[in-house]
Amino acid sequence: MGWRQRQPNLFMTQSTALRLTGLSKRFGSVVANDDVSLTLEKGEVLALLGENGAGKTTLMNMLFGHYLPDSGTVEVADENGTLHPLPLGHPQAALAAGVGMVHQHFALAENINALDNITLGSEPLRSFRRNRNRAKTKIEGIIERSGLSAPLNVPVGRLSVGERQRVEILKALYRDARILVLDEPTAVLTPQEADTLFDNIKAMTKDGLSVIFISHKLREVLAFSDRIAVLRHGKKVGEMATADADEKVIARMMVGADTPKVARTEMAPGAPVLKLSNVSVEGRAKRDTLKSVNLTVNAHEILGIAGISGNGQSGLANVISGLAQPSAGTITVDEQDVPKPSPGTMVKAGIGRIPEDRHHEGIVGAMSVAENMVIERLDDPAIQSRGLLKRDAIQANAEKLAKAYDVRGPGVTAASRLLSGGNIQKLILARVFERSPRLILANQPTRGLDMGAAAEVGRRLLEARERGAGVVLISEDLDEILGLADRIVVIRDGNLVEAISHDREQIGLIMAGEPA
Amino acid sequence: MMDLLNILMTESFWAASLRIATPLIFGVLGALICERAGVLNLGIEGIFVVGAMCGWMAVWLGTGLWGGVLVAALAGAFFGLLHAILTVPLGLSQHVSGLGITLFATSVSYYTYRTALPDVSSPPRIEPFRALDIPIVSDLPFFGPVLFQQTALTWLALLMVALVWYVMNRTALGVAIKAVGDNPDSVDAQGLSVYGLRMGAIVAGSALMALGGAFLTMSAFDAFFFGMVNGRGWVCIALVIFASWRPGKALLGALLFGAFDALQVRLQTEMGALVPGQVFLMAPYILSIIALVIAARSADYPRALLTPWFKGQR
Repeated sequence: MGWRQRQPNLFMTQSTALRLTGLSKRFGSVVANDDVSLTLEKGEVLALLGENGAGKTTLMNMLFGHYLPDSGTVEVADENGTLHPLPLGHPQAALAAGVGMVHQHFALAENINALDNITLGSEPLRSFRRNRNRAKTKIEGIIERSGLSAPLNVPVGRLSVGERQRVEILKALYRDARILVLDEPTAVLTPQEADTLFDNIKAMTKDGLSVIFISHKLREVLAFSDRIAVLRHGKKVGEMATADADEKVIARMMVGADTPKVARTEMAPGAPVLKLSNVSVEGRAKRDTLKSVNLTVNAHEILGIAGISGNGQSGLANVISGLAQPSAGTITVDEQDVPKPSPGTMVKAGIGRIPEDRHHEGIVGAMSVAENMVIERLDDPAIQSRGLLKRDAIQANAEKLAKAYDVRGPGVTAASRLLSGGNIQKLILARVFERSPRLILANQPTRGLDMGAAAEVGRRLLEARERGAGVVLISEDLDEILGLADRIVVIRDGNLVEAISHDREQIGLIMAGEPA
Repeated sequence: MMDLLNILMTESFWAASLRIATPLIFGVLGALICERAGVLNLGIEGIFVVGAMCGWMAVWLGTGLWGGVLVAALAGAFFGLLHAILTVPLGLSQHVSGLGITLFATSVSYYTYRTALPDVSSPPRIEPFRALDIPIVSDLPFFGPVLFQQTALTWLALLMVALVWYVMNRTALGVAIKAVGDNPDSVDAQGLSVYGLRMGAIVAGSALMALGGAFLTMSAFDAFFFGMVNGRGWVCIALVIFASWRPGKALLGALLFGAFDALQVRLQTEMGALVPGQVFLMAPYILSIIALVIAARSADYPRALLTPWFKGQR
């Protein structure tokens, strides 16, 4: 049984499963996709690569009918391999033609169980009776063949992230999908879960399933795809067999230029700058909760906090930035106790904060770039005297920083919300680094940034380390932590576990909660 | 103390509780359907008035009692459709639209009544629903008088509890309504219409609400008065939270409120000399607030409640 043991000759006879021709889409003045053409062979795994905003998700949403393209056609092969044009803008039509899409943000209702989520929409709404047993038998058959298992009778809200993702894929397979589109499928998985997922997918392609997956993790793209297509600024800029590709070639294609490799020099750690002793935080959810953790960050050191999202990262970030009060334990900055942590006292103690949600917690969108640059030091006499702001000084400061940190946009007097995500992050970096903080808390500092901007963030963090600051780098991107951190601590379920080595496998096991 | 026990033992007390609970059962079920689909319907108070007025007027004009029930349901569905258009495809604030519907529906009802009967001092009466006297079972001790001497509309309300429960828990339609109130994307991704499901739920829920109003003029009383709905719609909005959006618990909540209300009337007559009557009038509301505070702490709101959804935006 299983996809593996069936006759694999279906993919031997090459036939096209999907053909996109000349797809274009504009949102207002932004061109999201410009004349993109793409084919997918039967039984093939195609990786769609590109930086954030390159148009990958838009392209797939047009294929699935969520967006109506401005021009172009989509053709999908039927069971016999004949291509038929797909009516555009109708998810129902895409589903009927055998296209299944697994979104990056799961489209699951959490108050109903997996079985109901899977069968939703394939049963007639007018019928007064349901044949749950028949649906159950069919799903169990799919689970057996594909190896994608998930409890069917529990509300989806109680399933783990990995299980939810498997439910999403089962949804597509239940609809007899012959083409599966996965939008960043591994963003929320541990390395081991990701590998298992791809093994399952690989096995299913032997039975004729064709897969497109969107990713920006080069490692998994090289390991699991047959062919790679790269998008940049909404255009397809390259296509190659995975066998002929390597990281360098792909990265250059994605960015359009070589990215400077971040240089990292070995450095002896200095005195401790931040110490958490038996600190507990009672949060409202698991992600805000810490269970009696100990943590020391030294000068000249970047401490990486790895872990699957939602395991207490927010709790740790909140307690270091003073937003959450520890229910037990002590916090020491530069060997001085902080008796009453609050955002104000922590900033005064020398902590610089690069928040996770840069749009909402990092800036005040309606205020100007210049104002946002001084917003954490309004008591500085260089900025104000007797409560009146020195507008010229603020303006001069902003112009200086915008130049030094390459903050681009409509100008320093414009509202900061008009900046792009990368430039907002540069604004925050400028504000934080100008204060020469003793400790920098960087929470997901490169999420959503393109490679160039991400490299810049890494360079700035290393610069601060050289100067003698300590850095706490919280990230879900293990590669980023492996590249920057001196020491790695894994956060899981509100506990911290120090990783002995920089070994990806071992860190993955600790993330998953298995005894390493 | 003995007095209280004596009251609780009487058949007439429980019969009155069920009678008072009937409009609330309709109302809570209606609100429950709307909120399960993710839309708060604060038009309920006004839709009660519309149902009361239209049902009564139809009968007065000669449609017959069941014709009146149908007219009331259709009138409720109409105002539900208005709320649905404003809040679903247009995505306006559900609070503002709902309160607007209440003001509009109430005023239109009063206006229509006054225009039709410009100079009537005492409101004209209709022949209301009579108690269904079912042979044999009506003569059962205790249960006979409590259950089997209610009007057909009370029976319809109890039937609706079972029907709504069945649809919500045993049909594909119910699953889809629950899903659209939790995560509309899940419904959209499976090719179902978010707008269709939400609007349909609001229209159906509003028709049920109107039946709650119709019960007042066609069963509890036999005429239409200004102010006769008297906050029953708002009580339903609270009860639906108490019921945690479940039909069975909705029935329980409505019966509890009905029992408190029936009790306070009796306590007023027994103890009216000691305590001012207004204290008793307040009692059911205060007790509902207390029950709500306890229930709402663990309330599991439909996740997409109050959140508009637009096609093509994610």
